[in-house]
Amino acid sequence: MKIVFTAEGKKWDSKMDPRFGRAKYYVVYNEETKELESFDNSDVEGEAHGAGPKAARKIIEYKAEVLITGNGPGGNASKVLEKIGTKIFIGAGDLTVKDSYEAYKNGSLNKF
Amino acid sequence: MKIAIASGKGGTGKTTLSTNLASYLAESRKVVLTDLDVEEPNSGLFLKSELFFSEDKYKMIPEWNKVDCTLCGECQDNCNYHAVIQVVDTIMVFPELCHSCFACSELCPTNSLPMIPQKMGELQHFKTKNFDFIESRLIIGEEQAVPLIKQTLDYVDSQFDKDVVKIYDSPPGTSCPVIEATKDADFIILITEPTPFGLNDVILAIDTMKELKKDFAIVINRFGIGNDDIIKYCEENKIDIIAKIPNQRAAAELYSKGELMYPKIPEVKAELEKIVKYLESQVL
Repeated sequence: MKIVFTAEGKKWDSKMDPRFGRAKYYVVYNEETKELESFDNSDVEGEAHGAGPKAARKIIEYKAEVLITGNGPGGNASKVLEKIGTKIFIGAGDLTVKDSYEAYKNGSLNKF
Repeated sequence: MKIAIASGKGGTGKTTLSTNLASYLAESRKVVLTDLDVEEPNSGLFLKSELFFSEDKYKMIPEWNKVDCTLCGECQDNCNYHAVIQVVDTIMVFPELCHSCFACSELCPTNSLPMIPQKMGELQHFKTKNFDFIESRLIIGEEQAVPLIKQTLDYVDSQFDKDVVKIYDSPPGTSCPVIEATKDADFIILITEPTPFGLNDVILAIDTMKELKKDFAIVINRFGIGNDDIIKYCEENKIDIIAKIPNQRAAAELYSKGELMYPKIPEVKAELEKIVKYLESQVL
């Protein structure tokens, strides 16, 4: 199963980015292969609108089943993620990627 | 003749200047005032007028027709605004992100995204005692101001001859709505307040107007507060300051009652006269 984290960097010890559409990076963890990859989303700064749907497209591309983030996606992105059945966990905005994965594993993150 | 009143910073007096200048000019000329701040038009609050004409305004939005769609994904790749997204076996359209560019529709191999009109706002045309007043208002939740501004400008052009002085109350900021509201104007008045915030934002507006290669000049509102940095800036950069509307409690009181200032405050009228003289020497 693939899990996407919204983060300020690309590593396990990177700080989480609480934003979804405007997160600096998407860190993707593949639980089967134990591989960690990332996508640099920083060019979203130049976009006035549509950051949410754009990010939701990334989730579709990665075929991620779980999204872990801080504040939760906005209305447009939520519609897309709901349609593909992504499980969204929020409240990890102040943690690192590693800590938010652990928090998700032991069930202490809230479902969006 | 088209004169746009813009500012950079919000709340510096665009509407105050637009309404007072329109009314004052209308004493001797044919004038139409248009409120292009379609996200929150407010010029009408200061004018006594009667509704002459109104119409709904529409923008064209793609609507997915799944019958022939092969889910090729061209539409989402051609959309620069992330308004069309393929979600598994569905094409989702986000109308509020759509810029009505037709790319998804025209480039769809199976014509599965026909463009359908969708209401985005309303245009109203009023008559005051001695000039025309037009305002457009976006419906709540609508994000795109530019298409409505464009259609409002088209309406004004279709209804009024070239010799009518057209005054445009522009939106604040320096982004797309301001560009749309000012790009066809013959002259731009940038109104600012003499504060650090006012200076910072008017410099952004000045740079924008230079980029657009527009003729412009500065009016300082609430003159007497803050500092004289704006005056120094304009001297150094050879930008004309054409009027300084004094800061007065009486002005705030009239504003709060929704009244024009120049009929009751002689100093405001004197500054309007300076603006008109300047415009006469430049463009009128």
